[in-house]
Amino acid sequence: MDLVDFLFFVEVLVGGLLSGIMYSLVALGLVLIFKASSIFNFAQGALVLFGALTFVLLTEVAGDFWMWTGWLAIGLAGASAVLYFLYAAQQKGESNIKEFADKYLKRVPLFIAAVVLLVLAFFVDGGQNMWRAVFVTMLLFLMLTTAVQSPKWAIGVLLGLAVVALITDGAVTYRAFAVTLVVVIGLAMAIERVVLRPMVNQEPIILFMATIGLNYVIEGVAQGVWDADVHALDIGIPDVPFELYGVYFSQFDLFAGLIAAVLVTALAIFFQKTRVGRALRAVADDHQAALSVGIPLKNIWAVVWAAAGIVALVAGLMWGSKLGVQFSISLLAFKALPVIIIGGFTSIPGAIVGGLIVGATEKLFEVFVGLPFFGGGTENWTPYMLGMFFLMFRPQGLFGEKIIERV
Amino acid sequence: MNSTTTPDVQTYETERVREFTKLILEVEGIFVSFGGVKALQDVSFSIFESEIFSIIGPNGAGKTSMLNVISGFYKASAGTISFQGNDRTHASPEQVARMGFARTFQNIALFKGMSTLDNIMTGRIVKVKSNFLKEAFYFPALAQEVEQREYVERIIDFLEIQSIRKTPVGKLPYGLQKRVELGRALAMDPKILLLDEPMAGMNLEEKEDMARFVLDVNDEFGTTVVLIEHDMGVVMDISDHVVVLDHGERIAYGVPDDVRNNKDVIRAYLGEH
Repeated sequence: MDLVDFLFFVEVLVGGLLSGIMYSLVALGLVLIFKASSIFNFAQGALVLFGALTFVLLTEVAGDFWMWTGWLAIGLAGASAVLYFLYAAQQKGESNIKEFADKYLKRVPLFIAAVVLLVLAFFVDGGQNMWRAVFVTMLLFLMLTTAVQSPKWAIGVLLGLAVVALITDGAVTYRAFAVTLVVVIGLAMAIERVVLRPMVNQEPIILFMATIGLNYVIEGVAQGVWDADVHALDIGIPDVPFELYGVYFSQFDLFAGLIAAVLVTALAIFFQKTRVGRALRAVADDHQAALSVGIPLKNIWAVVWAAAGIVALVAGLMWGSKLGVQFSISLLAFKALPVIIIGGFTSIPGAIVGGLIVGATEKLFEVFVGLPFFGGGTENWTPYMLGMFFLMFRPQGLFGEKIIERV
Repeated sequence: MNSTTTPDVQTYETERVREFTKLILEVEGIFVSFGGVKALQDVSFSIFESEIFSIIGPNGAGKTSMLNVISGFYKASAGTISFQGNDRTHASPEQVARMGFARTFQNIALFKGMSTLDNIMTGRIVKVKSNFLKEAFYFPALAQEVEQREYVERIIDFLEIQSIRKTPVGKLPYGLQKRVELGRALAMDPKILLLDEPMAGMNLEEKEDMARFVLDVNDEFGTTVVLIEHDMGVVMDISDHVVVLDHGERIAYGVPDDVRNNKDVIRAYLGEH
């Protein structure tokens, strides 16, 4: 192999590894949810698509929308704050008042929110797309439903939203990103709260079926509300190659890989090294025992779903700006499946290594085997083939726990 | 002085007869049923602060069901439980744990993939005042971690399990697993320690060790201990009060000596005569 060939090999390898980090990121979302609740979240791909679509929408909407959203958020935050302090005051009171507060007061901000949000739907977006307005407002509402369990957080988020909506007028991209982040995290947490938590203690296959249904609901609604066209998404990073020691790197891939690497590292440290990490491992190991030491299962679930939301949004933005925001990016997320088969379903390091392996393999195979011998297009199936080989020879994956049944 | 020395056994027993005045847990008229099976029927008793209280009975008497109701894992269909005078009948397992109840399980529920040290550290989770923002910044959390670690090391010393600190608990023998589980419960610094058959399946030496740990915890920290046992032997020696269940009903309740001679108890254990 001469130098040119070698440099080309390195170029392909680096490209593969960079795209692999993004798989690692999505796989991490799957692993966290699987560890905490034994749910394989089939809807991860839909979340990716949803994140990207929401971002595109928010960069396209008119200024009126932001004004309305901002003032609405301030109003909601105020109402929530007043009710929260009333509630806190009554908590100290007699027990029958407390019961009343428990039953009704905590839900009042929700009713107000529902009504106001639906009214808002008639005003935002200049009446151009009624359904779009209803959809976004329903999302905000869903997010609130989840957040209302801890009113302090809800108030904080609403005020933050107001600031973003009203003040950051020029920075369209950042503003849209901040709001999309909140909406996607909110949606992920709402899925856990509304769809999966009522089904807790059911068979894993039932939970899995629920996430399959969810996948199609999210995809269907998202495409119904917008359209099936390809939307351009520009996050301001030019996709031009640059040269380093004779090897060409894509600037965009490098940027995306870097972002993903930072996120992967941060999430891995957070879930391995902190108290939350220990709680997560405890929950993964034995639910009953975790409850008996007072680990709040529900909070852990909320945290892993929030992480899955963040991961989905970042993947959606990166893939969306490279390929355009379209239905097929939700399929791209399924490549996280072979990644966790290779890495092991419950292993965080496994998700990272698995992603790199899948990324590198699919690119190398495509360039050196696929193009010359199969006429290309092998990238779509090589990861799954690789996953299948692992299932045959090492079903627990590289880092997974070996399944041994004692007789 | 020699003439007044009483035999060892007697001093031991007179030491154990103690006065209690303050109630910590009141269980009143608890009913639990699974489908048609009535696991508990109208069971009531009161537990004093700092005592060792035992729930005994033959197999299937409803002992573990009772413990599960106290620790919030089962919901009673009727009846109330109050802790330090406050009603807590409907609390969830997690809330119960945060109130200061720690429990062990009959079939050992440890985190099998984690080391002894990590297992016991999970007991400190409820004690740490922290939030996600602090966790995200890691370093404030790290300082607390060190503090918690010191506490856990003391428990490890107390239970004499230094040699297995780094061993994954799945690999430990049964007796040691039971001890680690006790360690995890102790790490929660509980007000009430609920032990579900802590001596089941142990040999005599291990049983004595376990009894010693329970007594030491009770003596040194004044922790209220609720003990479930199938076997009457050890329990009668160390308990202050005993309730006996049979077929989900309370058949005897009082100090060990009274219970031991109760006709219903003898019948339940030895069969109809």
